[in-house]
Amino acid sequence: MDNSGIDGRVATLTERLLRGDRRAAGRLISTIEDDSASVEQIMRAVYPHTGQAYVVGLTGPPGAGKSTVVDELIRVLRESELRVGVVAVDPNSPFTGGAILGDRIRMMRHAADPGVFIRSMGARGHLGGLAVAAFNTALLLDAMGMDIILVESVGVGQSELEITGAADTTVVVIPPGMGDGVQAIKAGIMEIADVFVVNKADHPQAERTVADIRELLRMDPSPPDWLPPIVRTVATQNQGVDELWRVVQRHRQYLEQSGELRRRRKRRVEREIVGIAEVRLRAQVLNPKLATTEFETMIDQAAERKIDPYQVVERVVPRSSDAGR
Amino acid sequence: MTEGRVRVLMAKAGLDGHDRGVKVVARALRDAGFEVIYTGLHQTPEQVVNAAVQEDVDAIGLSLLSGAHMTLFPRILSLLAEQDATDIRVFGGGTIPDDDVQSLKALGVAEIFTPGASTVDIVEWVRTHVGESAVSGR
Repeated sequence: MDNSGIDGRVATLTERLLRGDRRAAGRLISTIEDDSASVEQIMRAVYPHTGQAYVVGLTGPPGAGKSTVVDELIRVLRESELRVGVVAVDPNSPFTGGAILGDRIRMMRHAADPGVFIRSMGARGHLGGLAVAAFNTALLLDAMGMDIILVESVGVGQSELEITGAADTTVVVIPPGMGDGVQAIKAGIMEIADVFVVNKADHPQAERTVADIRELLRMDPSPPDWLPPIVRTVATQNQGVDELWRVVQRHRQYLEQSGELRRRRKRRVEREIVGIAEVRLRAQVLNPKLATTEFETMIDQAAERKIDPYQVVERVVPRSSDAGR
Repeated sequence: MTEGRVRVLMAKAGLDGHDRGVKVVARALRDAGFEVIYTGLHQTPEQVVNAAVQEDVDAIGLSLLSGAHMTLFPRILSLLAEQDATDIRVFGGGTIPDDDVQSLKALGVAEIFTPGASTVDIVEWVRTHVGESAVSGR
């Protein structure tokens, strides 16, 4: 169904990507972000070459200093001559669909380093959802030969949790002085944290925040094999991020030795597959039915309380074995 | 099909700390529906071009008030050529004399906006000269 011109272009770009070509990598990331049809062709060529990179997710509330921590982590990793890919997800987008992506500002000292590839990602236009787009971007960076991939995202909503939840090690960055705010972020974020960072640790409230996190961890009814360490950093002054990297490596070692890494990656692939399948089901089964005038009429009827929402759903997607026919 | 998602990198190059204008333009482009990657102050041409390649932008918008435009623009154009990225449009804004505007355009800078240009003009220019070519070029 595609013309061979597009197939040929994608094939050439994919070959170049696998040789580490940065221009091709930039191009292909746009292609997977924009165009659902080529994704399959790209993944078929690229997927066998992935699974080599170690993926570290960094999340936390706005203003925690995530981008600065990432910037410092890049420095630490480059000193060990590791090649670093970064996916900086910034879901803040006004209603126009436009966005200003500014995470790079903190990382520009690495812009011209051939061992670093940084890509910013906004929220719009991802047919399969932001998490899938970020995950696929990480796969492309993996395939082009990056050793470590850092995925940064604001940890506020479910989709952002999914993004960093797909990492091998998830680091939660928390600013000092959140007080009861640590309680507020407990739901969801505490569960995915493998490592905590209290950034801006020179702030008077920092020790209080460390104590709050420790308290929350203690309340966990079933202490896991891995108790998330709390690392203090002052990323703007190059403090603590070397220690953070040592802790991440220790976590990696734990995951590898316990077999947990294999289990995690398997669950990640499963979620990815289910996610892709859901998008396709929605597009093929649900969307055509939602675009009809009958559906519009049923919404009106439901709004006027003539029928209830469940009755509408029963007509759109009947509860029977041949549903979706 | 493609979403027609147009990405523009906005940067301040060289030793010039005045970022008010570039931020105003970045916001205007965002409000017009573009995805703007803002890279901040004091960028070298190497940083700008490498970021543009990694971000796969359709255009680079450079703000320059330092007077170094006749050095920095040509350097960016030649780096883009080295990276097989001449399809990335380069436009700019700043205090740039008319004669230099003509020279820069002859070198391949797509457009220069000088003091007095409105954000409406800039957005419209990006829409016509970057938006459409970017979409049809995919």
